[in-house]
Amino acid sequence: MTTPLLPREHYLNIRYGIASWLLTKDHKRIALLYLIGITVFFVLGGAFAVLIRLELATPAGDMVSADTYNKLFTMHGVVMVFFFLIPSIPAVLGNFLVPMMIGARDLAFPKLNLISWYIYMLGGIFTLWAVVVGGVDTGWTFYTPYSTAASNTNVVATGLGVFITGFSSILTGLNFIVTIHRMRAPGLTWFRLPLFIWAHYATSLIQVLGTPVIAITVLLLALERTFRIGIFDPALGGDPVLFQHLFWFYSHPAVYIMILPSMGVVSEVVACFSRKTVFGYSFVAFSSLAIAVFGFLVWAHHMFVAGMSVYAAMVFSFLSFAVAIPSAVKVFNWTATLYKGAIWWQAPLLFVFGFIGLFTIGGMTGLFLAALGLDVHVHDTYFVVAHFHYIMVGGAIMGYMAGLHFWWPKMFGRMYPEGWAKFAALVVFVGFNLTFFPQFVVGYLGMPRRYHVYPEEFQVLNVMSSAGASILGVGYLIPMVYFIWSLRYGKVAGPNPWGATGLEWTTQSPPLTENFTVTPVVNEGAYEYSKRETRVV
Amino acid sequence: MSDSASAEASAGRHHAALQHQFDTMEQQQESATLGMWVFLVTEVMFFGGLFMAYLLYRVWYPAAWADGSRELDILLGGVNTVVLIGSSLTMALAVRAAQTGFPRATVNWLLATMALGGVFLVIKVFEYAHKVELNHVPGPNFVFEGPHARQVEIFLSLYFAMTGLHALHMVIGFGLLSVIAWMAYKRKFSPEWYAPVEMSGLYWHFVDIVWIFLFPLLYLVDRAH
Repeated sequence: MTTPLLPREHYLNIRYGIASWLLTKDHKRIALLYLIGITVFFVLGGAFAVLIRLELATPAGDMVSADTYNKLFTMHGVVMVFFFLIPSIPAVLGNFLVPMMIGARDLAFPKLNLISWYIYMLGGIFTLWAVVVGGVDTGWTFYTPYSTAASNTNVVATGLGVFITGFSSILTGLNFIVTIHRMRAPGLTWFRLPLFIWAHYATSLIQVLGTPVIAITVLLLALERTFRIGIFDPALGGDPVLFQHLFWFYSHPAVYIMILPSMGVVSEVVACFSRKTVFGYSFVAFSSLAIAVFGFLVWAHHMFVAGMSVYAAMVFSFLSFAVAIPSAVKVFNWTATLYKGAIWWQAPLLFVFGFIGLFTIGGMTGLFLAALGLDVHVHDTYFVVAHFHYIMVGGAIMGYMAGLHFWWPKMFGRMYPEGWAKFAALVVFVGFNLTFFPQFVVGYLGMPRRYHVYPEEFQVLNVMSSAGASILGVGYLIPMVYFIWSLRYGKVAGPNPWGATGLEWTTQSPPLTENFTVTPVVNEGAYEYSKRETRVV
Repeated sequence: MSDSASAEASAGRHHAALQHQFDTMEQQQESATLGMWVFLVTEVMFFGGLFMAYLLYRVWYPAAWADGSRELDILLGGVNTVVLIGSSLTMALAVRAAQTGFPRATVNWLLATMALGGVFLVIKVFEYAHKVELNHVPGPNFVFEGPHARQVEIFLSLYFAMTGLHALHMVIGFGLLSVIAWMAYKRKFSPEWYAPVEMSGLYWHFVDIVWIFLFPLLYLVDRAH
C-alpha cells in the first residue's frame, strides 16, 4: 500500500487566523476549542490531585493546613466534575462525530454550539477567578448550611461558575437531541444508528432534564448566602436535606452524563477491533435509555445517613440495584461481541479493556454502597472515593482516551505512535489500580474521606496510593506529548485506517468543512463488518 | 431531506433564510420547533426545583403559608393575571398574522403584546415597592408581626424567588419581542419562514403558563376563611 497524502483542503486549513477559530460555526473546530479548554481544566484538576496525594503520603498534616486541604479537594472535585468530566466526551468527540456519524453537514444549531463553548469558558473563568482569589472549601457538593452560613470562602463565585457552565451542557444536549431527530441521512433509521449516537442521545436527555435543577439549586444557595434567607438553613427554618435532594437529583444522573458517552465509545471500538457486529445491538441501545431513566430515580442513595424515611431508603436502595442491570447488559454484550472475534490489538482496544475491567469493579462496589446496611459502615470513607474514581476515572476517562485514540486519525489526518500508545494504556491501567485499589481497603478499614491527617496504620496503603497517582500522572502525560508530536510527524492516516464501518470513516481525514460532498444514503446496519474482508494496516 | 428532493423542497432550497446545514425550509422549521420545545422542558425543570421547595414548606408550615399569602395584593395579582392572558391572545394573533403574511398586523400585535407585558412588569414593580416599604423583603431587615414570622419569611423568600425569576423571564421575553418586531417591520418574515415569531410565541406562552401556576399558589392560599 502506498502512503496516502493529506488531502489538499480540509476543515483545518480552509481558513487561518485566530478569528477563524473564535468565530467558527463548524462543529469540528468547536470540538477542538473544547478539547483545548477541557485539557487545561484536566491539568488544573490533576494539579490539585497531586497536592492532595502529596499531603496524604504521610499521616501528619505536614505539607498544607487543614483549611488549605479542604480547598484542594473541593477544587479538585469542582474542576474535574463540572469542567472536565461532564463536557469531556460529549463536547469534544460528540461534537465532532454526531453530525458525521449521521451524515449531516453540521449540528442543527451551529451558532448555539459556539455559544455553548463561550458559556463554558465564561463559567470556567468565574471558577478560576474564585480559585485565584482564595478558593472554596465546601466540598464539590456545596452542602448547606455549611456553604451558606459557615464557610467564609468564595462559595457564590464558584457556584455561579457551575451555574453558568450548566447552560453550556444544557445547550449541547439540546443541540444533539434535535440533530439526532431531524438531521439523519436518508435511510439512517433509528436502529441503524451507531451505538455512540444512542449513548449521546441518552446523555443529552439527562443533560436537558437534570442540569436545570442544579442550576436553580445553586441559585437558591447563592440567594440564601447573599441575603441571609432561610431556604436551606435549619437555623432559619429551612431544610438542609432539601438541598441534598435537589443537588443529587442532578448530580447522581450527572455520573451517567460522564459514563454513557464512554459506553458509546466502547461499543464502537469493540465492534471495530473484533470485526463483528455488536452482540444484541438493540439491548445495548435500549440499555442506554434505561440507564438514563433509572438514573433519575436513585439519587437518594447518597443520603442514606442524612435522615430519611426507612421505607424511602428501601425503595432507593432497590432502584439503585436495578440500575446495575442495564449497565451489566452492556458489559455482557461487549464481552459477547469480543468472544470469537478477530481481535486486533490496537491501543483503543487496550483502553477499552481497561474500561470494561475497571467499570465492572466500580459498578460492583456501587452495589455495596446501594445496600442500606453496608452503606452506613462505609459512608464517607475512602471506599466511596475509590468506588466513584473507578467509575469516573477508570470508566469515563478510559473511554475518553480510547475514543481520542480511535478518532484521532479522523480529527487530524495523522496516526498517533502505536507503540507509545500501547505503553501509555498499560501505564494508566497499572497506575490507576495502584492509586485506587488501596483506597477500597483503607476505606473499608475506616479511613474517612476529606481529612488531611490520618492514623499511622493507614500509611502503607496511602503511600501505595500516592505512588500509583504519580504513575497515573505519567500515563496521562505520555499521550499529551505524543498527540502533539503526531500533529506534525505522525504517519498520514488516510480516510479509514481501522477499516471501520460508520459514515465518519467514509470521508477524507481530516474532513472537509461540509463533511460530505454528497449526502450519503444508508442501506445497512451500523456494524456490518462481516461484509468487509479487508483489514487495513 | 431524502434524494427525492421533491419539488416543494427544491422550492425552499434557495430561500434566503435557509441555513447551510439544512436541506429544506421544512427541515429547518421542524428543527427550530423541536429545539424550542426541548428548551421549554429545561425551563419546566428549572422552575420545578422552586415548586419542589414550595411544596415541601407548604406541607410543613401551612399556617405560615396562609399568613404570608394574605400579605399579597390579590387585586393587583388578579389584574396581572388578566393582563398576561390577554398578552397571550395578542401573541397568538401576531403568530397568525406572520403565518398568513400580514407584516403590518404582525408588528402591531407584537407591540400590543409588549405593551401588556410592560403593564404586568410595572404592576409587579409597585407590588415589590410596597413589600420594601413594609420591610417584608426577606433578609436581615425583615420585619413581620405574628406567630410564624420565620416561616412567613421563607414563604416570602420563595415568593420573591419565583416571581422574580418569572419577571426576569418577562424582561427577556420583552427584549426578544422587540427584536422580532423590528425584524417583522423590516419584512423579514413570510408564510414560508416565520419560525422566529412562532418560537418567541412559544416562549411567551410558557412564561404566561408559569404565572398561571404562580398566581393561585402564592396569592390564593387559604383565602376562603
